[in-house]
This record gives sequence, structure tokens and C-alpha cells, in this order.
Amino acid sequence: MATVMKEVDIVFVGFGFGSSMVAKELVGTGLKMVGLERGFPRYTSPDFQSPEIHDELRFAVRKAMMQDNVREAITLRHSPDQSALPVRRWGAFLPGTGLGGSGVHWNGQTFRFQEWDFVWKSRMQDRYGKKFLDSLDLTIQDWGVTYQELEPFFDRFEYLAGTSGKAGNINGKIEPGGNPFEAARSREYPTPPLKEQYNGALFRKAATDLGYHPYPQPASNLSVAYTNPDGLKLNACVYCGFCERFACEHYAKASPQTIALPILLRSPNFELRTQCQVTQVNRDSSGKKATGVTYYDAAGREVFQPASLVVLSMFPFNNVRMLLLSKIGDPYDPQTGKGAVGKNYTYQTVSDVWSYFDQDVNINPFMGSGAIGTMIDDFGGDNFDHGPYSFIGGSYLLAAYTGGRPIETHPVPPGTPKWGKGWKDAVIKHYNHTGHILVHGSSMPTRRNYLDLDPTYRDAWGLPLLRMTFDFPENDLRMNRFCSDRGLEIARAMPGSKGVLATPRQRPFDVTQYQSTHNSGGAIMGTDPSTSVVNKYLQSWDVPNLFVLGASAFPHNGTYNYTGTLMALNLHTADVIRNRYLKSPGPLV
Amino acid sequence: MSIISRRELLAKVGLAGLAVTINREGRAQGTEHEDPEHHQGEPGGVTSESAEPNYLFFNREEAKFIESAVARLIPTDENPGGIEAGVPNYLDKQLGGAWGAGERLYLSGPWQPTRPGLGYQLPLTPGELFHTAVKAINAELTTSGQPFWEMSPEQQDDYLHKLEAGGIDLNGVPSDIFFTQLWGMTIEGFFSDPVYGGNKDMVAWKLIGFPGAYASYYDVIDQHGINFHRDPTSLGQSGGHFMPDPNIPASSPHQ
Repeated sequence: MATVMKEVDIVFVGFGFGSSMVAKELVGTGLKMVGLERGFPRYTSPDFQSPEIHDELRFAVRKAMMQDNVREAITLRHSPDQSALPVRRWGAFLPGTGLGGSGVHWNGQTFRFQEWDFVWKSRMQDRYGKKFLDSLDLTIQDWGVTYQELEPFFDRFEYLAGTSGKAGNINGKIEPGGNPFEAARSREYPTPPLKEQYNGALFRKAATDLGYHPYPQPASNLSVAYTNPDGLKLNACVYCGFCERFACEHYAKASPQTIALPILLRSPNFELRTQCQVTQVNRDSSGKKATGVTYYDAAGREVFQPASLVVLSMFPFNNVRMLLLSKIGDPYDPQTGKGAVGKNYTYQTVSDVWSYFDQDVNINPFMGSGAIGTMIDDFGGDNFDHGPYSFIGGSYLLAAYTGGRPIETHPVPPGTPKWGKGWKDAVIKHYNHTGHILVHGSSMPTRRNYLDLDPTYRDAWGLPLLRMTFDFPENDLRMNRFCSDRGLEIARAMPGSKGVLATPRQRPFDVTQYQSTHNSGGAIMGTDPSTSVVNKYLQSWDVPNLFVLGASAFPHNGTYNYTGTLMALNLHTADVIRNRYLKSPGPLV
Repeated sequence: MSIISRRELLAKVGLAGLAVTINREGRAQGTEHEDPEHHQGEPGGVTSESAEPNYLFFNREEAKFIESAVARLIPTDENPGGIEAGVPNYLDKQLGGAWGAGERLYLSGPWQPTRPGLGYQLPLTPGELFHTAVKAINAELTTSGQPFWEMSPEQQDDYLHKLEAGGIDLNGVPSDIFFTQLWGMTIEGFFSDPVYGGNKDMVAWKLIGFPGAYASYYDVIDQHGINFHRDPTSLGQSGGHFMPDPNIPASSPHQ
């Protein structure tokens, strides 16, 4: 028999960046809020302190901050006609867990998607024609919200985070030193760019010589000490080289711990409950109203938390799983194309380029930060004419060492033996003398890539695992190949380069090799309830008092790391909840 | 300085179960308390530090295979290799601990054979995998007359390449899967922080110039190409970096 808690106004499922920032925006409304997090509480002090946090084996290799596969894994297959196997250990992507979620161990890379990302289908059709688009067999859609509507919320997130960067386009005026291709912003970044790495400086020279437009990667690991609009203070990054997969001991990385929790935990109307595993969103007999959520607490007791408003803010594919487990909305069927829950699952298309230097070129990769790159956007998104090519989308090219942690970073040139003396000699010779360029590109949806529930495998609570059906579409492999070739040209032009290697993305999707944790889609936003799960405010079409935050809303994934964009959507939602929904609950569209 | 063979040492101390390391010069060493004269500044630089770890997971025969394999995977030459770094000890402690017992591994069936890109699908924990595979290797090679540790280095390399290529069934473990785990954990044992039992005295970090756990490069990162030499630091050393800010409370606001 479930324990029934006292009703609250809002219950948040999953307490990472999405929930914590939205909840923070609602402090002061007098609303009673409860945040439910399956993982453990943790704070900068004492939990993220160094030297203990600088432990590559524990955090990067053993993945201490990630979802525990023992309890909750997923299954994967490459196409709908195959059987799915469990992802028994994480590899390609690393869903976070614990208070603050992935916002604790992200790299701080903070971008805005392009204006046309939000009207992607219209834009592609207008520019390249329906015939070309149809030939690609992609299920792209417009998002139902415009960049202009979101601009104030991009700005708000960047100023709350203190993002370090150089604007390239302020209200239509191109600014030197920034990204000339970026969507127009209303003002400069709140803090200046991070210092540039040697790897980045070499890339900058090569890219400039080739006629491209290098600029500093926008970083929510701050370049200088900063006080944000909420009065919260962040420190300057010390370039320790332990960013992604690690927490920041310096209060230099924008995270729920640094920019949301200090405010939330001071509020008498907010209650945090950790080690609570939500298993269902409950509804009334009409099915159109959420009544609250069911969870299991740390002692394994079943609890029902009634609430007027339910906000799902878990890792994207966990949001989708929760909708499916709760039987909210129609599950997508790849045979018929009907149903929207699980549809348009996308990922990120990434690959690497290496440049080998002589022994007198000290790259010092260990002097790193999460977003310390020098990059070009000349081949991102729709920044170039795709007319001559047979793909849409694009990649940025980024020169960045976020660190030089040796278990995972010991580059060797092609032809090096896989182990033994030859391998060892090559590692010693090349570790500190190798340049790196990341090719980081968009991910297009197809009718065959989707999410649903696995028929066979279960989690520790006896519930079906999420099943992921995914492989890279031809479109994306062509796009990656093209961009990888551009990266190779730059790598060759890096001063002192004595050799290069590119490893373009291949099929089948390899879940054992880390690529990106930008899993997206499955609960997509749109204007039509038959082809989307949420509206422009991330409000469920089926259950108006349910909001589904984050990147599960993306109908496609763009070129750029998506935290900035999903946070803009989330803050847009917080704004509409605060200013419209509470006054008159119900469908907002 | 007397030099005794491994057999003589075993006979001398009367402990058949005493595992002994054969260092690269073929001299035997026991554990320190058994035979202290062997640990006084031996030529060749092999000290008591390189002596046998206390194996808690590997039995004696498994340990012999592991040590000999590691000695080929990351050999000792003009630079220290996997043995000096204590990789066998690292493997022993990881496989005998939570990781070896299946931490973070989804271990529910049903079991299907893996396919390209879909990763590990065996119903074995890492510890079970190693026990199964190494026992099978030792049994097969002993039967055919030459245990791995008695082969020449070239023969050992050949055998490791054969394991790596796959196609040998090690009592249910495909040899390429075993090799991938062995090699992956050897790299970990070489490059991880010494607190985990490998990378002894940070020898591997010194080889490549990785400065270790103390990490703060604000003042040098923009000195491009600087020849940065600093003794590496481990988690096990004191003096960890903490940058306090007087405006930020030291304790969690939640307490």
C-alpha cells in the first residue's frame, strides 16, 4: 500500500539542470515544489573536492557519476527487424545520475542552435526543394517555436551561467573575433573567452590560412570570477583538465550546484528528495489529467506524491520511457508511421582528426578545460550551400583538449602496433606532440530510428527497459565524411604537422566507443498533436498538466552541443508556467 | 650477493605455495621477510619494490600467466614496462574487488550472442571471465607441453596475437573478448593513479609527461609549447589543490 504524501503544486521528476533551473525560476511564486532525484545528494563541498575528483579511472573509465547499468540499462538494435541486446556497460553515451544530473559533469560547451534549426523542414524545402529532400528519406519537422521567441531565454541562461565567449553577431552586426555564422544575439557574452590552448592556436593559424573563420568556443567554465543576476558567484577556471565526467571543485563550472541549488535550498517552498525512483506518472480516470507520481524511496517503500503539475526532466530517453511506462500518448509504430511517443530519436554524428608533430612541439594536452576549443562553423548546419552535395546538415570543427588523461588519451599514428614495444614507444613519442580536431555534426531523424519499450529485458524494479533502435542514416555519414575531409585539410595545414589521420564515422553504430551524450528526441515538440508529443511550451498534448523538458523535445539534433538550446526551451517553459499557466491551467496552445 | 633459483628458494622456505617473480634477468626474489638479503640494492635496479604483490584474486598459475602476458603487452626495455608499473597487482585488485564482481554491469539474461557494435554480452563478471579464460589457457598450454611462462618472448607474442585474433574458445570465452579485456585493463593498470595498485611510483606518467592529480594550469596554459616538467602527483599524496573563496560558504547549504 503506497504512502500518500501531502499534495504539492509541482513535482519534478529527475533533478538535474532542467528541473533545477525551472524550479529556481519559480521560486518566489509561493508554489510548493518537490524535486525527486533517483541518485544521491552531492555538493561542491565536500563531494567535488580535489585531489580526489581528479581520478580518471574512477570517474572517466568506471563512470562513477553515471546511471548504474545494474539497475537500469537500455537495449539497442540497429534496425526494427533485429532483436535488441542490452547495453550492459555504457560506452557511446553516458547518461548521468545523482543530484544535478549531467549538469555536474558536462563540459560546459554552450551553444545556440541556428535560426533555421527551429524551422528546419521549411528551410530545407525552400532552399533545396521538395524533390531533393524526399530523396533523403528523413522525417525532419519544424519545431513550432522560433529562434526569436527563444532568444531572451538563450540570453538568460548564458547570463545565469556566466558563459565565456565572444559574440559574432549582435543584432545583425557581425563582430570581429566571434562566429560570423551564429544566430543574432541581443548582446555580448557575460564573460570573455577562455585562454587559448596551443592546439587551438595551431588550428587557428591553419583555419585562417584556408579562409575559414575560427572563434573561441563558448564556455560555461568561466574565464573570470563572476556574479550572476541571482547574486551567485562563480570562480575562474584553472584549466585542470578534469572536466567532462568530473565535477568542478572550484565553483568555476555552471551547474545546478553552483547556479540553482543555492537558491532552491534557501526556499521554504522547495523540498528535495533524493534516492527516489519514480516509476510512473499517475492520471485520473479521464486519462487527461496527471494526479501525481509514484516512486520508491531509498528504503524501497512505495510512495504516491500528488501534485497539480508534473514536470518530467530526466535524461532525454528516460523521459520517453516514463511516458511509455505511464501509457501517456500513442507509442510510435515504425511500420505505420503512426503515434508520436518514441518517434524521431536522434543522436550526434562525431569523428576525429589527428595531426602529428615533432618532439619539440609541446602540445601539453593536460592543460585543459571543458570548452577550451578554437573552432570553425563554416561547415555547420546550413552555413554552406549543400546544392552540390547529397546531404543536409553539417559539423563544426573544433580543436580542443579537454584534458590529457592518459588511460583514454594516448594517440599514436596509423601503423602503430596495437600493443607491445612498438605501441609503448609510440605512446611515449606522441603523447605530448599530437594535435586533435573534433568533427561534431548534426543528426537527422528517420522513420526507422526510434524508442520504445523492450519486450524482454527489465530493470531492477521489474519494469521494461527502454529499447533504442538506431543507426546512422546515409545522410549523416555523407555529411560527416565531407566535414572530416575539411578537418583533414586543416590538420595538414597546422604549422609543424608531419602526418595526419582521420577516422570518419561508420556504420553500424558502435555503442562501445564514446561519441557523444547528446541523445535527443522521442518526445518531440511541434504544432500537430498527431506528429508530436509536446507543444512549443513542452506541454504534453495528451495531459495538459504534464510538461516534458529538455532534449527529448528536439525533432532533430543540430550541429552544436545541445545544453544551451534545451535550457532556452526549458526557461521559455518556466516563463510560460509562471506568467500564463498558473493563472489559467490548461492547454497553452 | 647470492643468486638462487626459484626452485631452490621454494625448497629453502618450504612453502610450495609461495609465488615468486622471475625478473628479467632470471633471478628469483621472494617476499621481503623471507629472504632479506635479496633486497639490498641489486644491480639492474630491481628492488624489493618490484617483488610479488600479495595476490588475492589470481591463484599461482593464473598469476604466472598474467605476469608473463603483461611483460609482453607493455615490455620492459630502456624504459620501465607493465611489470615495473605493477600492472599484475592492479589487475588482481580490480578483479578481486567490486569491478571484478560485476559493478555497473547489467547481468540479466536472456543471453544472446553479440553483434558488431553491441558490446559485451557474456554472462560472466570480469572476475569470472579472467578465471575462466586464464584457466583454459593454462590447461591447454600445459597439456601441449609448454606453459605460457616457459615460452620465449617471440612465442609469447605469437600466442597473444592468436588470442587477439579470436577463434579460440576458452571454455566459453571467445579469446578476442578476453584479450580485449586484458589489454584494456593493462592500459588502466599502467596509467591509472597509483592508489589503485598500478602505475607504481607514477612510472608511466613520468614516461609521457602527464603531471597527475594535482592539476591547475591557469598561469602556464597560454605559454604555448612550454616545456612543462614537474614531478607528477598522485591522489595518495597530500597537498591537494583547493581554491577557497571567502564569499562562498565552505559547507553545503543543505546541512
